[in-house]
Amino acid sequence: MIEIKGLHKYFGDLHVLKGIDLTVKKGEVLSIIGASGSGKSTLLYCINGLEAIQQGEVLVDGVSVHAKGTNLNQLRTKMGMVFQQFNSFPHLTALENVALAPKIVKGKSKAEAKEIARAQLQHVGLGDKFDSYPSALSGGQQQRLAIARALAMEPSYMLFDEATSALDPELVGEVLDTMRLLAEEGMTMICVTHEMGFARDVSDRVAFFHQGIMEEIGPPKQIFSEPKSEHTAKFLANVR
Amino acid sequence: MNFEYTFHWRPVMRKLPDLLEASLVTLQISVLSMIIGITLGMVLALLRMNGPKPLAWIASVWVETARNTPALFQLFFFSFGLGAFGMHLTPYLIVLFGLTFNNAGYLAENFRGGFQAVPDTQLRAARSLGMSAWQSYTRIIIPQVFRIVYHPMTNQLVWAVLMSSLAMIVGFRELAGETQALAFKTFRIFEYFAVAALIYYAMVKFILGISRLIAWRMFRY
Amino acid sequence: MNEPISFFSGFGPKDLWFLAQAAWQTLLISALSISTGTLLGVFFGWILSESKIVGAITLGLILDAFRSIPLIIQLVLFYNLFNVLGLAISPFWAGVVILAVYTSALVANVARGGIEAVGAPMRRAGRSLGLSYVQTMQHVVWPIGLRAVFPSWVGVALGVLKDSALVSVLGHPELLKVARDLITRTQQPLLVLAVAGAFYFALSYPISRYAAHLERKWQS
Repeated sequence: MIEIKGLHKYFGDLHVLKGIDLTVKKGEVLSIIGASGSGKSTLLYCINGLEAIQQGEVLVDGVSVHAKGTNLNQLRTKMGMVFQQFNSFPHLTALENVALAPKIVKGKSKAEAKEIARAQLQHVGLGDKFDSYPSALSGGQQQRLAIARALAMEPSYMLFDEATSALDPELVGEVLDTMRLLAEEGMTMICVTHEMGFARDVSDRVAFFHQGIMEEIGPPKQIFSEPKSEHTAKFLANVR
Repeated sequence: MNFEYTFHWRPVMRKLPDLLEASLVTLQISVLSMIIGITLGMVLALLRMNGPKPLAWIASVWVETARNTPALFQLFFFSFGLGAFGMHLTPYLIVLFGLTFNNAGYLAENFRGGFQAVPDTQLRAARSLGMSAWQSYTRIIIPQVFRIVYHPMTNQLVWAVLMSSLAMIVGFRELAGETQALAFKTFRIFEYFAVAALIYYAMVKFILGISRLIAWRMFRY
Repeated sequence: MNEPISFFSGFGPKDLWFLAQAAWQTLLISALSISTGTLLGVFFGWILSESKIVGAITLGLILDAFRSIPLIIQLVLFYNLFNVLGLAISPFWAGVVILAVYTSALVANVARGGIEAVGAPMRRAGRSLGLSYVQTMQHVVWPIGLRAVFPSWVGVALGVLKDSALVSVLGHPELLKVARDLITRTQQPLLVLAVAGAFYFALSYPISRYAAHLERKWQS
């Protein structure tokens, strides 16, 4: 379970997150939508501990992310993260990209790590690309590689930060399909996304962010057909 | 024009083994100064980018001095300059320190460019997988930086070999120093220096060849 | 500099003047060799880019040798060759000639890079607009190529400025030679080196800063 309590985040004088309260239960798929600059990506970075926070608390399975004594490196292995830029490691093959973290962070043997990597690459449909370098992969393939790399740490949660925004339109589908597959397998997911179709069809709940505030949250049906906030209505009218 | 000089190559050829042995010294001191220079250059680059103020300042002074004064000036610093403090280094150490100081200064700028060319998001991705800062740098960032600076680094090694010839001015007998010593003993200056020039040329080509081979083996992406 | 020199006297104002004169010599040698070397080098670079096979094999190989042999070896070698050939030439002019040739070898590479950076398509575009070869060179290749190679050229020029210190091996009183003599006389190595270093810095640093500034300006 991920619990966010009274979270405030500033970049200098800029107040990016203004008191967020949110709980994501095991097995849930939450989509976060909203205009760019609404703070939704920053929220993911705060959950993962890549950004410091100024007030409030984030608990992952009861462990406070930003508390002093927390072993962040260990805690991060519970949360896989996929970025907008694919961030595949260009100097490593697909297999090495996936096998590296299990080996050096979790201390798996070389053979074990490779076994895990092979399985995860097959999982995301890259079974024929083990020895390819990222430069030889398409954007969609690189993003699936990033998903496999995160999954190889056997995370309890997956955080997606606009995973399809940097992709050519014809490559979006394959990545969304992979995300859908994870959802069906019961992975707990928080997806910051601009793909309204995905948000509506796949998620259990949808949250709408507006200027650092979570305007509303609810089942997709309710958010999309009868939004309570006028900001939500306006945003949805614009993206459709 | 009265042309009275006759070339004598035989005495030089007799001393060829000495010259070849001295060229090994050249290679050895150049490579050693590169190895230390790479390490120091990396540290200087990191200090200059995000070290505490006084250390960043020292790094800047080092880099700018290395890049804006002649290499020979830098050698003089390690000979006469340190002499003022009562430190009298052996000619070998004067050359080694001088070359290393210069290499580190130039390489630091190359490394700085290399670090800036690797996107920040690579570090974020590595950290998000649970890697420590040390692991992220050694496994993800620095290998990419090395790829970027590989060719400038090769050029610096060539430059180090060429620069090591300044040793003849401070009395160290690597190839140039040995050449000078033999040449002035026999007055066959032109012949000796011509042979030395050929050996330098061969060494530089050898280094470039090896470097290309290593690049071909290492950078498959 | 004909007055009797008192040995082992301290560093005085007159010595500062000596060093300034020596710095002027350094500047003179550098300016002469960089300007002639650049002209020669651009010409060589043009030959290299135009006649791929013959140019690369003959001229390319010769120029490559100048880049692969230490300058100090070249200086001693050619200075002696001049003597052997009976050419009476002062260390100053010997230094200038050798440095100019050395510079031209470095500039040739840069210039060829610049001409090639402009690329055949761009040149064809120029020609297709009805420009003559000379006009294409003048209005297309030069302006674009110049910006592309300017930073590397400044690098070469600054390198030669520093390398001119090696003319001291021929005995010409340029900055570093005079500094060395002063160190022997005054026994104040740190002070003399600091002043000499400051002169080099004052010659080199502003140019490199200005070049970096120009480069940034052109990029945006």
